[in-house]
Amino acid sequence: MLRAERFLPLLAFALLAGLLYKGLSIDPTALPAARLGQPFPPFLQKELISGDELTEQALLPGPALVNVWATWCYSCRVEHPFLLGLAERGVAIFGLNYKDDSVKARDWLVQLGNPYRLNIVDEDGALGLDLGVYGAPETYVIDEAGRIVHRHVGVLDASVFARDFQRWFPTDWVADGVSSAGEQR
Amino acid sequence: MSVSRTVILWALLSLLPLAAWGVIETYSFSSAELEARYHSLSQELRCPKCQNQNIADSNAPIARDLRVVLYEQLEAGASDDEILAFMVARYGEFVRYRPGLDRNTAVLWVSPALLLLAGALGLLWHLKGRRVSLPAALTAQEREKLERLMAQTSGEADP
Repeated sequence: MLRAERFLPLLAFALLAGLLYKGLSIDPTALPAARLGQPFPPFLQKELISGDELTEQALLPGPALVNVWATWCYSCRVEHPFLLGLAERGVAIFGLNYKDDSVKARDWLVQLGNPYRLNIVDEDGALGLDLGVYGAPETYVIDEAGRIVHRHVGVLDASVFARDFQRWFPTDWVADGVSSAGEQR
Repeated sequence: MSVSRTVILWALLSLLPLAAWGVIETYSFSSAELEARYHSLSQELRCPKCQNQNIADSNAPIARDLRVVLYEQLEAGASDDEILAFMVARYGEFVRYRPGLDRNTAVLWVSPALLLLAGALGLLWHLKGRRVSLPAALTAQEREKLERLMAQTSGEADP
């Protein structure tokens, strides 16, 4: 005769297996962004090329991307061509030049092209810290009102953009980017 | 000779614990109390980049930045709660090794108690089951046989 208790170890095993299986598909390095839903932290920083003082007002009106980058960051180089493509199609991208050397950063933009409307210089990483940045590249989406609505850590590419960013940039240019390329230049 | 001395020196050097070279930084605190709080907080704050280290142990740039912020805020007279709130506002409950109780961390806080309870119940259940299955006391006949066997065995074992 089989008693219900006999199945307890099996049940416990099944639960544990289910839990571990779910764990396989979780990225342990992904951190929830603490700033989601909040306004972009106020700042007063220099612009990389012009040297003008910038505040958070410069990012308005959204939606726009704020891309945290640096010349020492290899993945930033990887995503750079994609950012150039986005900018060409009219997506507003602001750069946050994070803990970088401004001279090198300007050279980088001359050599590789400049996808950014403006670049916020954050030499000591203080603004990055206010944002909750823990590495580069990171890309934030801010909405019309200047609130942070999404953060992506790591390289931004077409598939990530289509999955997580598309809804704030409701145009069909990703589907047929070529037709609308250069429209807003 | 000098060669063997060099070898010995290298051998001794290799014995030095590398882990002892954690993070070496010098901050001059205005009081011993601040320094103590710096050490306890820097061990309680988790590095967002290298996720299984606290900011005291980590060499990641972000951990260094957080140590500087921690130092500056302590010197500016911030309370522990204020500093933790500052960190959590930027990096989420993740940065605390002892996160506050909320929807996401409930499992973390409650599961040890639940597991302990489950273990206790399991133990009780097991003990109860064992008592039921204890063999009945020996009959006189069995006892006699047992004693005979015991006497026989000990007789064989002792020279």
